[in-house]
Amino acid sequence: MDVALGRPEILVDVGERRRAARRWDVFLQLNFLIPATVLLIMVIGAIFAPQIAPYDPLQTSLSARLQPPAFAGGTDAHLLGTDKLGRDVLSRIIYGARVSLSVSLLVILITGTIGTALGIVSGYFGGWLDGLLMRVTDISLAFPAILIALLLAVTLGPSFTTVVLAISLLGWAGYARLIRGEVLKLRNADFVLQARIIGCSPLRIMLTHVFPNVINPMLILATLSVGLVILIESALSYLGAGIPPPTPTWGSMVSDGRGLIDTAWWISFFPGLAIGLVVLSGNFLGDWLRDRLDPRLRQI
Amino acid sequence: MAAAQPLLQVEDLRTYFFTRRGVVKAVDGVSFSLEAGETLGIVGESGSGKTMTSLSLLRLIPQPGGKIVGGKVLFDGVDLLQLSESEMRDYRGSKISMILQDPMASLNPVYTVGEQVAEPLRQHQHLSGKALWDQVTEALRLLRIPSPRERLQNYPHQMSGGMRQRVVGGIAVSCLPKLIIADEPTTALDATIQAQYLAHLKDLQRETNVAMIFVSHDFGIVGRMCDRVAVMYAGKIVETASVRDLFDNPQHPYTIGLVNSVPRLDRKVERLASIEGQPPQLLNLPPGCRFAPRCYAVFDRCHLEEPPEMSASDDHSAACWRVGA
Repeated sequence: MDVALGRPEILVDVGERRRAARRWDVFLQLNFLIPATVLLIMVIGAIFAPQIAPYDPLQTSLSARLQPPAFAGGTDAHLLGTDKLGRDVLSRIIYGARVSLSVSLLVILITGTIGTALGIVSGYFGGWLDGLLMRVTDISLAFPAILIALLLAVTLGPSFTTVVLAISLLGWAGYARLIRGEVLKLRNADFVLQARIIGCSPLRIMLTHVFPNVINPMLILATLSVGLVILIESALSYLGAGIPPPTPTWGSMVSDGRGLIDTAWWISFFPGLAIGLVVLSGNFLGDWLRDRLDPRLRQI
Repeated sequence: MAAAQPLLQVEDLRTYFFTRRGVVKAVDGVSFSLEAGETLGIVGESGSGKTMTSLSLLRLIPQPGGKIVGGKVLFDGVDLLQLSESEMRDYRGSKISMILQDPMASLNPVYTVGEQVAEPLRQHQHLSGKALWDQVTEALRLLRIPSPRERLQNYPHQMSGGMRQRVVGGIAVSCLPKLIIADEPTTALDATIQAQYLAHLKDLQRETNVAMIFVSHDFGIVGRMCDRVAVMYAGKIVETASVRDLFDNPQHPYTIGLVNSVPRLDRKVERLASIEGQPPQLLNLPPGCRFAPRCYAVFDRCHLEEPPEMSASDDHSAACWRVGA
């Protein structure tokens, strides 16, 4: 062993340098770089929308209706074409990123936090509390989300807050179910007993011993639900219970163009592409993050 | 009284499991005592209640279903069974500690080894910074972990089984407890590592004067590690004696059977003796001695009345009607 032999100074030096290099290598992997760049561009686009977007997303122009994108026979004035009211598709996508990204981020934050907390509590304590929480979860999973959303939209009026609330209200159940299952496995693990042996309180065990071990499934579900949330949001917009027009959202843009898909495909295609890119980037980033967070995979 | 008081005195400890099919008496009236710096071995076959006895001392019975229904656990004069849950937590890890069987499972995979050894120190002694890490290094040194400073940064999966079990030992000793309960700490290790680990535990005991309860089913290990031995059968202690006494002069037929079933180099025996039959179901136990159905020296009284603990000599007692006779 290295103790018995002693370690020559030069070896230590090389090891040190290699370790420093490896720290940066982590971020140079393509499965991090590409999705991170895509998401970063979208976030920056959303933040600086007024500076970047070539047109006002709400400005209609009947003379410039249904213009095709620049590369498909249109003019340079509208790079991604215009919709049936003559609004610039590119500008609407850029502004739409604001709503779509912030809705999904907020929803994932709310549902992930509530669902994970309830799942851990339920799985760790078990007994009647587990029974109660899981029945509530069952009800939430079985209840049609659209119905709740419509109900909320009617009572509170359609708005950004309503959409976030409506999707969050039932969305936590999936997390609770998944995390509870993981915790059931973990709570009988010896390291949890070990934590109790050294005198940890239940709260501490749940926070510092159980939680880090359920981050992986939680992250995977969170990244997967990015797309789901955007889709529910668009469904709500379509039903008139979403964010009210004319505010552009990716979902409502897709449904706007549905009727013209054979003549003006670009109206639905480009916002759809944006949704697809976010979902894919989310998944890749989730994968990358999972590999980073798991110390067993970190060395590979 | 105060001077003669043992470090740990367990009186008539009873831990039952309430299941749908009835009450399982996993620990049924166990009594023993332990002095500082002493090692008590608890031997018995699987399901005899060794592990449940040790978990009962820390009040960590598996929930739901398990419950300590009676008895006293006097540690330093304080009855642990009367403490509140949060008072009990102050004892766990700081004054009483435990080493679990499987080093692969008892370390948290997401933390470095250093973090895990540091946790009880943060928890109980509120150490931080240099004082904390000095103490952590000292704990790893006590378990003879080579280059402890570097090892602190390692994750459990980067270590071998033997090294991990030393880390588990390091967690147990980090707060310098007065009592360590070791529940078959070497079962998951191979023979050479086993011997090494046991030697380290012995060294540790010499250095810190910690009392140990050593749970095992291996008579060879118990003979090497322990001062006194308690033999458990079906939730009860059937015989308590010093190690020498137990091997040379076993009283209870079950102990005699166990001692004879250990292979020995100094005796030429063609076949090892075995004890016929199975240990009883702990559910709905019949009256009388629990070992009676398997006992070679059984007589009428054994089936009717449960034998109390009877002393064969000063430091040697057995729960068998033949001892008194």
